Amino acid sequence: MKKQDLLMVGVGGQGIVLASDILSEVALAAGYDVKKTDTLGMAQRGGSVVSHVRIADKVWSPLIKEGEVDILVAFEKLEAARWSYYLRKGGAAIVNNQTTPPLSVSLGTHRYPGDKEINDALKQLAGHIYFIDGTSQAKELGDIRALNMIMLGCVSSLLPIDVKIWENCISQRLSSNILKMNMVAFDKGREEMSSAGIR
Amino acid sequence: MKKLLSGNEAFALGAYHAGVMVAAAYPGTPSTEILESIARFDEVYAEWSTNEKVAMELGMGAAYAGVRALVSMKQVGLNVASDPFMAASITGINGGLVVIVADDPGVFSTQNEQDTRHYARLAKVPMFEPSDSQEAYELMAVAFEISEQFDTPVLVRSSTRISHSKSVVETNRTRMAPAKPPNFKHDVEKYVMLPVHVRLRRPVVEERLVKLTTYTETFPYNQIIRGERRLGVVSSGVAYQYAREAFPKASFLKLGMTYPLPQNLLREFAAQVDRLIVIEELDPFLEENIRAMGIKVTGKEFIPRIGELNTTIVEEAGYRAGLLAGPSHKKAAPPQGLPGRPPVLCAGCPHAGIFFVLNTIGQRSKLLDARGKSEKQGKLIITGDIGCYTLATYPPLRAMDTTACMGAGIGQALGMEKAGVEGKVVAVIGDSTFLHSGITGVVDAVYNKSGVTIIIVDNGTTAMTGHQEHPGTGVSAKGKKTEAVELEKLVRGIGVEDVKVVNAFDMKALRTAVRSSLDNTELSVIIVRGTCSVRLRKRAGYRVIDIDKCDDCEACLKIGCPAIQKLDEQVCIDATLCAGDACTICEQLCPKKAIGPLTSIGESK
Repeated sequence: MKKQDLLMVGVGGQGIVLASDILSEVALAAGYDVKKTDTLGMAQRGGSVVSHVRIADKVWSPLIKEGEVDILVAFEKLEAARWSYYLRKGGAAIVNNQTTPPLSVSLGTHRYPGDKEINDALKQLAGHIYFIDGTSQAKELGDIRALNMIMLGCVSSLLPIDVKIWENCISQRLSSNILKMNMVAFDKGREEMSSAGIR
Repeated sequence: MKKLLSGNEAFALGAYHAGVMVAAAYPGTPSTEILESIARFDEVYAEWSTNEKVAMELGMGAAYAGVRALVSMKQVGLNVASDPFMAASITGINGGLVVIVADDPGVFSTQNEQDTRHYARLAKVPMFEPSDSQEAYELMAVAFEISEQFDTPVLVRSSTRISHSKSVVETNRTRMAPAKPPNFKHDVEKYVMLPVHVRLRRPVVEERLVKLTTYTETFPYNQIIRGERRLGVVSSGVAYQYAREAFPKASFLKLGMTYPLPQNLLREFAAQVDRLIVIEELDPFLEENIRAMGIKVTGKEFIPRIGELNTTIVEEAGYRAGLLAGPSHKKAAPPQGLPGRPPVLCAGCPHAGIFFVLNTIGQRSKLLDARGKSEKQGKLIITGDIGCYTLATYPPLRAMDTTACMGAGIGQALGMEKAGVEGKVVAVIGDSTFLHSGITGVVDAVYNKSGVTIIIVDNGTTAMTGHQEHPGTGVSAKGKKTEAVELEKLVRGIGVEDVKVVNAFDMKALRTAVRSSLDNTELSVIIVRGTCSVRLRKRAGYRVIDIDKCDDCEACLKIGCPAIQKLDEQVCIDATLCAGDACTICEQLCPKKAIGPLTSIGESK
């Protein structure tokens, strides 16, 4: 595998840090060098969250360079647009179809971008864009917190790493009472991508 | 065994393997997880101290008693702990004392952007700077060794990108048995810093520094990496990683120990290369020290001294300095005009109600312009403090006028009052911050007959750093039940007569309490108590809006609750975020009674 730089973005509370932790552990178990770092604001919930995961034979900086992201994993649409310029030309974007308006939008001082604007921002650099109904699927599974496993399932479809390694790492990180539902969520993510024609 | 560890986890494991017996800290981003990680080891006594000063004094005491001690904090924590830190330098230690301080370049979660490395020079103590988790782990053992060998505290400087990055660590060691049992040897000339003893210790400190300067010449973590002769880069910490990626062909002198500096090694390296530059985050600490040796060097001419570095910034500096050819292609620009997503108070936050009341009583929405300024002084001045509640500065709550450092709001309120401002001054401070450094402010207020109002917003945890225990919670850093300091008893004990305790989610009670305190010309304290919503075990009864009753007045939006959202002209409540029965602030504020639990709204139809 060539180097893979993944940027996971979204809103505080969506489980991004756990997802990028598991992704990093998967990469280590598959024999790669890996570094990851999270950029969090001072809020517990609701602020912008960005997690960099770098996988290669040897990784120096934990932060990915602008224009070098191979896979942008966006848990929310506005955040997808915001970080789209980090993509390398021809990179992939996995975007969860969720709209979480920031306070400034609710208060009417700013406007949430339309779907076309978001798509246009992504299209400038992305070679493939996958829109995923992750939030509604997680709700169907009965727990909105399963969104991060759905997104990880999607990511797993784009990386040449054995699915058994993924399952091992997930089962090591999650407690047994929630594991089964989360594994279902992970598989849902994989299905979602395979229906989009990716394997 | 290979493990993926954050820098903070690696520090903790390294210290544990080095036989540390006592660890103390006060939570502070990005250093918090060091103590959290080490608290999981049964053999180590670990505590959340009241503040960094106490943590440092605890570390000194343990080290004086002959055991290895670890103290950790964020960079501004060392300001608080600087007095005992300076003292530990002059007395020296006995068991090893290692102090980890994590800087926050780029200011993700701090009130300033200071470079801790200056403290090493000020205190004349050795300093290490790991550049990844592997070094964070390994340098702990070395730090304890040299601390004991040279009888000095050792400063370890981390940063957000070291502490909060995970990288692969080979953890091939196990816990080393503590070298000796605790044994305090009486030695007043060493430990009692009367002026006459200080005069004896001063030369010892200077001699120690000379010995350390010799030691660092052969320090294995100061390493020359040979590349092309054309460019030599001196670097340390995470900046080394960016520099290595940006200049793959250059020669490097990577410094693991950045105070004191290895003069001979630096001269040797400088002689091996045509051009010498320093790549470091924040101040030109290495650069100025190297230049003072008479070595020709540049750095901050090209590398920014403000903010966090990254590979792109270092590369761009390389283009400007003519060290790199390029850039080969143009970067994409960030998309313009997107709404930001600044941090906000969470849905169901117990701080929202009191700040809503302060906003309305102070008529602050009318008073302040878009940038939070006003030429005219309002009815209320609200001095603030450090914590989640600082976010109440932002619209729509806009109920904070100052924030400086831990505990400062109370002293500032007293200063404004004594300066003679018109109207009432209110100081707002969180429970953990109050215990950290607000108590002395109240003592001052009682003693100097102040009439300010102090509001302690008590959510029963240290929330912003990730919910650590504190002396008011009744639970220790190890998760054991312990004594809780009761805030109302504490302030009454100091001598405050007017002390009220109010439920953070009872809007009427909050308004009554604030009005009554503002009417009182004497000192008053209001403790606003409510559980942090992130810690709610069960959420039930999420609120919904009856759109038939809603007349779109937007009163509910003025709370700033992220669950209450307006998209496409209709206000709605995000059921997955709403704290429900635990909060109900929006329901209490809705003039049309259009908000309620799903059942009641359903029934009314």
